[in-house]
Amino acid sequence: MIFDTIVGVSTAIGYSAINVIRVSGIEAFEMVSSIFKGKDLTTVLTHTVHYGHIVFQDAIIDEVVVTVFKAPRSFTTENVVEISVHGGSYIASLVLEALISKGARLAEPGEFTRRAYLNGRIDLTQAESIMDMINAKTRLQLQLATSSLSGDVRKRMESLQTELLDIIAIIEVNIDYPEYDDVVTMTNELIIPKIKQLIQSIQTILEKADSGKVIRDGIKTVIVGKPNVGKSSLLNTLLNEDKAIVTDISGTTRDLVEGELRLGGLLLRLIDTAGVRETEDIVEKIGIDKTKKALEQADLVILVLDQSRELSKEDELLLTLTQEKKRIIVGNKADLGPSHLSNISSIISLSAKTKQGMNALEVALQDLFIHASMHESTEVVLGNTRHIGKMQETLQALQDALHAAQSHLPIDMVEIDVKNAWTALGEITGDVATDQLIQSLFSKFCLGK
Amino acid sequence: MFQAIVIGGGHAGVEAALSLARRNLKTLLVTGNIKMISAMSCNPSIGGPAKGILVREIDALGGEMGKVTDQTFLQMKMLNYSKGPAVRALRAQADKILYPRKMQEILLSQANLTIKEAYVSQLLITDQLVSGIQLESGEQIQAGCVIVTTGTYMEGAILVGATKTSSGPDKQKPSIGLSTQLRELGIPTFRLKTGTPPRIKKDTIDYSKMELAPGDGNKYHFSFDDSFFVPIEKEWPCYLIHTAEQTHKIIHANLRKSAMYSGLVKGVGPRYCPSIEDKLVRFSDKERHQLFIEPESQFLDEVYLQGFSTSMPHDVQEEMVHSLPGLEHAVIAKYAYAIEYDAIHPTDLWPTLESKRVKHLFFAGQVNGTSGYEEAAAQGLMAGINAGNQLLQLEPFILRRDEAYIGVLIDDLVTKGTEEPYRMLTSRAEFRLLLRHDNADLRLSEYGHQLGLISQQRYDYFTKKKVQIEQEISRLRNHYLLPNPDTNKRLLQAGFGEIKDKTPYFDLLKRPEVEYIPMMSFLEDTTVTSLEVCEQVEISVKYEGYIKKALVEAQKSIKEEKILIPVDIDYSQLKNLALEARSKLQKIRPLTIGQASRISGVNPSDVQTILVYMRSIKAK
Repeated sequence: MIFDTIVGVSTAIGYSAINVIRVSGIEAFEMVSSIFKGKDLTTVLTHTVHYGHIVFQDAIIDEVVVTVFKAPRSFTTENVVEISVHGGSYIASLVLEALISKGARLAEPGEFTRRAYLNGRIDLTQAESIMDMINAKTRLQLQLATSSLSGDVRKRMESLQTELLDIIAIIEVNIDYPEYDDVVTMTNELIIPKIKQLIQSIQTILEKADSGKVIRDGIKTVIVGKPNVGKSSLLNTLLNEDKAIVTDISGTTRDLVEGELRLGGLLLRLIDTAGVRETEDIVEKIGIDKTKKALEQADLVILVLDQSRELSKEDELLLTLTQEKKRIIVGNKADLGPSHLSNISSIISLSAKTKQGMNALEVALQDLFIHASMHESTEVVLGNTRHIGKMQETLQALQDALHAAQSHLPIDMVEIDVKNAWTALGEITGDVATDQLIQSLFSKFCLGK
Repeated sequence: MFQAIVIGGGHAGVEAALSLARRNLKTLLVTGNIKMISAMSCNPSIGGPAKGILVREIDALGGEMGKVTDQTFLQMKMLNYSKGPAVRALRAQADKILYPRKMQEILLSQANLTIKEAYVSQLLITDQLVSGIQLESGEQIQAGCVIVTTGTYMEGAILVGATKTSSGPDKQKPSIGLSTQLRELGIPTFRLKTGTPPRIKKDTIDYSKMELAPGDGNKYHFSFDDSFFVPIEKEWPCYLIHTAEQTHKIIHANLRKSAMYSGLVKGVGPRYCPSIEDKLVRFSDKERHQLFIEPESQFLDEVYLQGFSTSMPHDVQEEMVHSLPGLEHAVIAKYAYAIEYDAIHPTDLWPTLESKRVKHLFFAGQVNGTSGYEEAAAQGLMAGINAGNQLLQLEPFILRRDEAYIGVLIDDLVTKGTEEPYRMLTSRAEFRLLLRHDNADLRLSEYGHQLGLISQQRYDYFTKKKVQIEQEISRLRNHYLLPNPDTNKRLLQAGFGEIKDKTPYFDLLKRPEVEYIPMMSFLEDTTVTSLEVCEQVEISVKYEGYIKKALVEAQKSIKEEKILIPVDIDYSQLKNLALEARSKLQKIRPLTIGQASRISGVNPSDVQTILVYMRSIKAK
């Protein structure tokens, strides 16, 4: 669709204090309103600014200011909303995801300008150069959009697509060949468990996608290190620095969250601090398997080493065990003289005792979670944002389908939602076509008079 | 001197001829055999999912198919009733003798229409413009436009077992030579195949071994004008049986004798209407296939064996039929056969169904690669209307995909083309919730009236209905039910849930358990007088959310349809087009940005390139 509603980040995603997210198209007001807690943007005057919150799936994503431009008095001549959010790519991504899940499409490079041009808003004498840009960039983006899907994710998506197509095909056969008796008649009773199962699969995938989770739920953090490297003093220093510590809650969630602290604007949820607090050798005490298990659950590992000494076998074991994880390697005891571990790359040299170098830990954390995406190309970040947004749209469509089926709507209506889910999913893998559906009808069922 | 000539008197030809003549355009219909006009060479059934909606659309545009069916049916059934309003569809078993007879009467009494029994040997063409036809007798007839609706007659060949005979359907003479001329003109043709099952003498059947499939006993009719409806005393039943193990053995043992598998058939057969041997080969794990016995006519002693189309030799057909339950002693009245014929590529046509190659030459029906009476009639009507508009110097009449199944049908054909006989399916329509059979008149009557194809009386009736629907919906929005014990008691009595707050009737009707007609007893002063209005009100309110969403999608697609691409655009000037896109665009020459975006192989970036190019041309 050329005239769908598009969304994009108008500022360069990076270290800026504020990002502007622009939404343009017929449904711009409705879409933003659906995630905006504040005034009803569909009824406000044009060229007005409003304060409020972006809320998605019951979580406040950010405190924002939105500016409303009604067609045709806007940059693109369409309805436009500009949302000013706090800086950092994560918040921007979350807002994009939320809007994509409401049906917005991620704008192609230069698409706002192109719309402005096509709608006669701006006059570019060199249309040729725009065309070059469109082509080069969209082709690149298409490539990236699909290549950024890893083999595993793609397989999962495709199997979900097949499951959805199977349901749709049965309903279509029921409809187009009502007398064909070699297929079950899909009813709401039959479809409900199938949809529930699909919803669960998609929720699992979304939970695993590590994007917004970090902001919403915090970062599950494990502090590891052999005895006497200063894990507990580091922990205490961190806790003392954090004036906003919530509680020491134990066993309240399915992970053993034992404390929460804010560092560099991020929420760290400490798990398995038992091994840290006791000064005994954790590897020996709880065993390698258990350590591995603790590591598995973690979004972040803080590996504490004693930089006043050479690496021991235990240190090396921990370095190996954590190499696949997002980790920060801390060289503690910087107050005891020059480091013996300066050959370890990206080691943060600090002293929990004197608090020197604690700032570097904060920066490392931000680098890892807030600016990590800057090391990747913008397209890949956006590509992932698009995938997650589309997954959320798929989920929403399936929840609508479930609701429709539970409200005893006719199967034809339920199928509309199931088809929407199928389409949204297809936009991730890049293959959706009515022909595909018809193909599957006639290959699965022996139809015809 | 005629203004228009229609070649062929099948379901496409008759609608084309009538739509022209009814607009006072002098029209000639040339047919090989007047008695075969509107013949039902395959099953005597009209409508069904998607197809039934086509019939209603034809009716709303002043076509004849629905009205004639209403006067000649043997059984009428509403399919998919419980599956949802968008997919409900009427299907009739029509009387195979009465239907064509009635249609012939209408044609013969139609002013401005002349019918001639003859075969056309070639088209008269100068400078890529058609000016008339030449008959086999050598006689030449001039006209401003020509519509080709040759169905399965062009180079038709009947295939049974190892024999291939040059023939049209029902032992009619085929049309020879016309397709050679088309190819010479640069309109390539390709072979398609279809088939028909054996007909069985009805008094040689043991019905006790079959499952009864009756009509549903309701007085449904296709036409929005119910004055044509002729109710019947007793609907004729169909019967359901399944193939037996022995049937499959016989077919497998004789597979090489089938024309389909002996290499005799060159045409591509439809997935939608496979022969029984096809079904067995493609679905080898299926133990049985269902077959329907359908009545053909009150004047014939034979029935149609639906699902048993074959090109086996006669002796094998005998064996096959006798292996079926209830048909052990059946006598075959007519043997099954496969038929091959020449079709054109519909992508060689504009969305008006006019040839891109030869001006004023239109094509409609099975010759365009479709299958089915309804698909043919819809195209015939549209080709007739567009030929008429051309003669009257009016704008082309193109229905959008969000307006009608007819729009979907023609857009699919001219934009995507087809490699096998194309059948209309509800799954082809992305806006099917908007394209319901119950609202075909609301969607299309305005056009029918503008074109002069529906009467003032009928248009007035339609306008009244439309106003009533709107008034009633706004009344439901503005009238409220108050939550008091008495009201709640009555609600419970009616089988509805209680209300807690002041509730507009509109919201009450949205509840799953609430139906409109029982709800009406809670309202006073209703102006609604017809069940049709009730149906519209109920659907509009109950499915408001879904309908609204579909309308938003439709709006976006309409916006794309409104951007016209200049017909003379030179795609070789657009250097950024992908190679595949360029060649497809050059071939299809889409009229709108919407159509361009639906061509397979044309990506959004290619469409953007066209848009930017068009804008840059405009700027200069």
